[in-house]
Amino acid sequence: MAAADFEVPKLKGYIEIPSIRPGAMQGIKSFPANEKIQEGLGYPGKLVDGWEQKAVSKMGEMLRKYRSLQVFLDACVHCGACTDKCHYYLGTSDPKNMPVARQDLLRQVYRRYFTLPGKLFPKLVGARDLSKEVLDDWYSYYHQCSECRRCSVYCPYGIDTAEITMAAREIMDSVGLGQKYTNEILGKAQRIGNNLGMPGPALEDTLAGFEEDVEADTGVAVKFPIDVKGAEVLLVTPSADFFAEPHVESLIGYAKVFHAAGISWTLSSHASEAGNFGLFQGSYENMRKVAMRIRDAALELGAKRIVVGECGHAWRVAYSFWNTLTGVGAGADDKYAQMLQKQLDHSYPQPSHICEVSLDLVKRGAIVLDKEANDHRVVTFHDSCNVSRGSRMGNIPGGQFIIPRELIRSAVNRYHDMAPGTTHEATFCCGGGGGLLTDDLIEVRVKGASPRANALKDVVDNHGVNFLALICAICKSQFTKVLPYYGFDMSMVGGVHQLVSTAIRLGAKE
Amino acid sequence: MSGLTLLYALLFYLATLLFLVGVGYRVYLYSRTPAPLKIPTTPAPTTGAGVVMRMARELVLFESLFKSNKWIWIFGWMFHFGLFLVLARHLRYFTQPVWGWVVLIQPFGKYASFLMVAGLAGLWARRFLVDRVRYISTPSDHLMLALLLGIGLSGMSMSFVDHTDIISLKAFVLGLMYFDWQPLPADPLLLAHLFMVATLMIVFPISKLLHAPGVFFSPTRNQIDNPREVRHLAPWAAQLEK
Repeated sequence: MAAADFEVPKLKGYIEIPSIRPGAMQGIKSFPANEKIQEGLGYPGKLVDGWEQKAVSKMGEMLRKYRSLQVFLDACVHCGACTDKCHYYLGTSDPKNMPVARQDLLRQVYRRYFTLPGKLFPKLVGARDLSKEVLDDWYSYYHQCSECRRCSVYCPYGIDTAEITMAAREIMDSVGLGQKYTNEILGKAQRIGNNLGMPGPALEDTLAGFEEDVEADTGVAVKFPIDVKGAEVLLVTPSADFFAEPHVESLIGYAKVFHAAGISWTLSSHASEAGNFGLFQGSYENMRKVAMRIRDAALELGAKRIVVGECGHAWRVAYSFWNTLTGVGAGADDKYAQMLQKQLDHSYPQPSHICEVSLDLVKRGAIVLDKEANDHRVVTFHDSCNVSRGSRMGNIPGGQFIIPRELIRSAVNRYHDMAPGTTHEATFCCGGGGGLLTDDLIEVRVKGASPRANALKDVVDNHGVNFLALICAICKSQFTKVLPYYGFDMSMVGGVHQLVSTAIRLGAKE
Repeated sequence: MSGLTLLYALLFYLATLLFLVGVGYRVYLYSRTPAPLKIPTTPAPTTGAGVVMRMARELVLFESLFKSNKWIWIFGWMFHFGLFLVLARHLRYFTQPVWGWVVLIQPFGKYASFLMVAGLAGLWARRFLVDRVRYISTPSDHLMLALLLGIGLSGMSMSFVDHTDIISLKAFVLGLMYFDWQPLPADPLLLAHLFMVATLMIVFPISKLLHAPGVFFSPTRNQIDNPREVRHLAPWAAQLEK
C-alpha cells in the first residue's frame, strides 16, 4: 500500500457525526470516459453543443418514465433526517455528501425548469440554472454516492438517493459526460460477456487450473465445468471470482458445495458475469442488455436452475430486476421468457442465491460442514448494502440477514456481530459500491469505509475477530484495498463460501 | 356586503380551487407515472396487507423518522398530530349541526394547538442550531415554518386571548359553502389567520407540502417484495420486448 496523500480518518471504535466542512471533497473527480467508450454504449462521445437544453429535456423524459424521480424530487421537506446517514458524509464531512444535499444538486435544477416557484422565484426555493459549475458538481458528487440506499431506510418518505444518482448519471451520459470506470466495464460485459473482457478460452484455462489446485489440495477431483449443456444449475457469478483474491476462494467453495451435494452445474462463457453495471448508470436498457445474456445462456444450456454467486449489486439486479428485465422468475409472456419458464424447475426460487442453496443443503444433510476446521477464525459478517436494502433471500422479509448468518454459524464456531446500527438494514456500504471501485476515487473509498472500519475495530479489539465474511465481489476488492489504510491486515477479508470451503466434508464420510 | 367580505370570499374560492386542482393534478401525475422496477426498501412486506400496514405505520407513527432521529420525530409528530386535531376541531365551522365526534374532541383540538406550535418551534430551532440542517435550509423552508406558526399563533390568540365573533365567522363560512354570502367580522386577528390559511392552500400544490400526497406514491414504501413470484412490467418497458 502506498502512503496516502490525504488524511485517513482516525478510528475510534464508534461512529461520530462530524461538523460540516463545505467543499472538503469539491475537487474529487473520477476519470471521464473517452469517446470510444461512450460511443460503444450509444452515448455522445463528448459533451455535446447545447448540452444544457438537452440535459433538461432528458430530465423531463425521465420524470415521465420514473415515478420514483418525480415523487422524490417533489416530496423532500429538508427535515434533515438523512443528513448523518451517508458513510461518505461521515467519512468526508463534505455537506454535499449528505443525502439531501446530494439530491438537491438535481432538485435545484428540477425546480428551476419544472416548477412554478422555481421559474418565478429561484432564490427563494433554492433553484438554480443548469450551468457548467452545476454540471461539475453533479459529476463530482454523483460519483461520491455508492447507491447503497441507507438514506432511504431513514427518510420519512422513503426517498432513495440511489434513484436520484442514477437519474443524474443517465442525464450526464446522454449529453456525453460518462464515467470511465463504469462505462468501460459495461461495454466489455455487453461485448464479451464479463466485466474483465476475459474471452471463453482464457476462462477455460483458469478453471482447469482451479481443478488441479483443488485436487492437489484435497485429493478430490472437484470439477469447474463451463458451457456444459444439460447441467442442472447455471451458476452466474462475478468475474472477479475467476481471478481475484480472496474471491477465488469462494468460487472454490461453490464448486465444493455442488460436488459434495452431487448437483450437476456449469458456468457459461456467454454470461460469465453476474455484476451488472447498468444498475450503476441507471440505464434500464443497458441493464436489460446485460441481463439478457444470462437468459440466452440459460436457454442455450438448458439449465433447470439459475444460481447467483456472492455479489451484492448482482443479487439486487437478479432478485429484484431479472424477472422484470428478462422474464426469469414467473409471469412473463414473450416467447423466450415462456420457453425459459417451461425449462426452469419452479420448486426452487428463480434465481436463487448461492447462500440459499448452500444453507438448504446443510439443513437437509446433503452436505456436511465441520466447524472445527474454522477454529482458527473468529468471524464477523458485513451485510452488503444492495443485498440488505434492495433484495431478499428465502421466503420471509429479512431472510437476507438470517440466511448468510445461519450458513456462517453452521461453518464456524466463533462468530460475533458488529454493533447494532451498523448491520442488517442499517449496514454501512463498504465504500466502493455503485461504480466507485476505481483507483482514481481512492480518497472517497478510504474515507467512505470509515464507518464500517470503526464498527470492525470494535469487534476486533473486544472479541478478537480476525475474519470479515462477505457476500459481495465489490466489498471483497474494496476492503482488501482500503482496510490496510486503517491498520487491518488484508488477509482478514474473505467470502462466506471461503468459510464453507474450509469446513465442507468432501467425498467419503467418516 | 362589504368589500372586505367580497375580497375574502373570492380569496377562499380561489384558494380552494387552486388547492383542489393543483393537488388533484399532482395525484394524477404520480399515479400515471410508471415505476418500472421493483425498488421497495427491504426488508419489505411480501403481501398487499403487509404493505398497507407498513404505510399505516409510516403515516400514523412516522416509523422511518423514528428510526432516524428522535428530535425530528418528536417535533414532527407533535406538529402533525396537533395539526390533525386542530383541523378536526375546525370542522365545527363547516357543519350545522356539528357532528357528535367533533363536539367530543373540541377541548382536545383546542389544546392540541400548543402541541402544534411547540413542534413547529422545535423544527425551526433545528434549522438554526444544527449545522447540517442549517446548511440545507432555503429561504422557503423558513417562510413555510413562519407561515404555519403564524396560522397557529393567530388561531390560538382567538381561542385563548381575544375571542373573535365566532357566530358570525361560522355564518360566513357556511355562506361560502352554500353560496349565500354573509358578512365577515373585521377582526384583524381573524383576517390575518384566514389570509395565511388561504396562502397555505395556494402554495400547497407547488411546494414541498406535496410530501403529503407524495408519501402514498413512494415506490420504496408502497411496493410488495415479490419480484421472483410476480412479474412487474411498466408499459414503456414492455415496448422493449416487442
